[in-house]
Amino acid sequence: MTVYLLCFILFSVGLYCMLRKRNIIKIIVGIIIAEYATNLFFILVAYRREGRSPIYSPDQTIVNMVDALPQAVVLTAIVIGLASTALLVALAIRIYDKYGTFDITRIRELRG
Amino acid sequence: MNPAANIIPLFVIIPLAGAFLTSFIAKRFRCVSDVIGNITTLALVIISLWAIKIFNTHGILVYSVGAWKPPIGIALVLDGLAVFMVVTVNVVAFLISLFAIDYMAKFTSKWKFYTLFLLMLAGMNGVVITGDLFNLFVFLEIAFVASIALVAFGTGKHELEAAFKYAVMGTLGSLFILLGIVFLYSFTSTLNMADMAVILATKGAGKNIIAMTTVLFLMGFGLKAALVPFHAWLPDAHPSAPAPISAMLSGIIIKSLGIYALCRVLINVIGLTAEVQHILLILGTLSMVVGVFLAIGQWDLKRLLAYHSISQIGYVVLGIALGTPLGILGGLFHLFNHSIFKSLLFLNSGALEYATGTRDLKHMGGLMKKMPVTGSTNLIASMSIAGIPPFNGFWSKLIIIIAAVQAGQLWYAFWAVVASVLTLASFTKVMKYAYFGKMGKDLGDIKEVPLTMRISMSIFALLCLCGGILLIPGVLDSFLIPAVMVIKSGITQALIVMGSIG
Repeated sequence: MTVYLLCFILFSVGLYCMLRKRNIIKIIVGIIIAEYATNLFFILVAYRREGRSPIYSPDQTIVNMVDALPQAVVLTAIVIGLASTALLVALAIRIYDKYGTFDITRIRELRG
Repeated sequence: MNPAANIIPLFVIIPLAGAFLTSFIAKRFRCVSDVIGNITTLALVIISLWAIKIFNTHGILVYSVGAWKPPIGIALVLDGLAVFMVVTVNVVAFLISLFAIDYMAKFTSKWKFYTLFLLMLAGMNGVVITGDLFNLFVFLEIAFVASIALVAFGTGKHELEAAFKYAVMGTLGSLFILLGIVFLYSFTSTLNMADMAVILATKGAGKNIIAMTTVLFLMGFGLKAALVPFHAWLPDAHPSAPAPISAMLSGIIIKSLGIYALCRVLINVIGLTAEVQHILLILGTLSMVVGVFLAIGQWDLKRLLAYHSISQIGYVVLGIALGTPLGILGGLFHLFNHSIFKSLLFLNSGALEYATGTRDLKHMGGLMKKMPVTGSTNLIASMSIAGIPPFNGFWSKLIIIIAAVQAGQLWYAFWAVVASVLTLASFTKVMKYAYFGKMGKDLGDIKEVPLTMRISMSIFALLCLCGGILLIPGVLDSFLIPAVMVIKSGITQALIVMGSIG
């Protein structure tokens, strides 16, 4: 139970960072933290106590395996996260070129 | 597996192959990118129209990817709703790519545009045809990441700012969706949507987890669809993109990633409870009214159109959330109509920007004489969105309002009428300031836009004019009714899908 709680706290830290920080880079870091908390939660859901890795071998009887599917799925989620993070950082660089600042309160030309 | 099901993966393969070829070949031979882009989208239109026929002869088709049987492998499902969405997405995408030939000529790297455009299309088609919850998330991210890059395509100050805002809000939405998927997986131990619906129905209990996931999906897909409390990014992101992309974003992205996915997950997997239905009704009405009120004071043409997208999405959600067959019919028909006339309006605004170089309504005027095709198509689209007979928008709004009255929801019907009147008012303003009235200063040497742009806009206008044909009994049964049945049958749809695996 504690580990789920810690995972939730990690997600909240990411969310707070994403919504409250004024620096673009910190917002991106917040997104990464929240993403990793989600991935971690997915892995935790699949974890079985005393479980072994999900590899089949003919001479053993398998009693307690961790769930293999979330591990494969999380791998995909990490790759997706990588793609969107790379794009966000690229955007941040271009924004710095144009505005000369990372402060979102000074990057506010669109309104109305 | 039914051999006819082999058509399903083509919806993803063709645009992906097109994107690959464009980035590979067109980098060296510039002129090829137009040809590849348009041939790809044209092929998709033909296949999606063919899919209507196949669906009507074979019923629901399930394709198992890699021949792994569905609860284990990934399933691609072509049911009534998927056929409906595939046709909407691909027809609009083809006409927009036709428009882009000349419009995008002013940008230096057109082949990059077509690559991203086709990737986005692949993502949207994937979201629509997939039968697997995590697969839906993957395709959703493909379309979403491509669309961020396209919003920032001009790499000006405003484009970058809007793209960053869009990226942060959208990523937040994606996180909520992924978290919802994790909760559902932890409860059901499956990712196949049909299988999941069956397990959720039989396993019982788990009321808390259902409530939790419903809220997560509402926030996640609400952010993608820009329903009102989650709409802040839309009026920045949609106007900043190049006009064809604005048309794509407003026309189909917010529908296939937002509304369609929301319906699919909430209605076909989790099952719609009375409370959620009520929440959707309120969100829909709020979007409808707030969107149109914010739109009416805008002077930036594309920003005005973006606010109207929020408002019209409200109609779609309202119709679907009414839950009666007539309401769902109205909602889906309005979804189709909105993707036609809002794309047309954005293309018109793009044509104006192409010709005059401004989006500010105050600097336009009297353009009807100089640009007759743009002017008249814009008039048709304006009348469609405002709900004037006999254009398509009138029929769908009429159906939604009648359905609301029949369901006893008089207040919602009242607000729908109010929003419609305000829409008419704000488009009267657009017509007056941009196309009629006195000729603006230094607009003397304006020319009509090139041929392909005119063709694309004319076909859209024709679709606006003839949209009502879809309600004629014979056509209705083969196109709209199957889609309505999917939403109407709710979680029992899962049993039908499970039955047709094999």
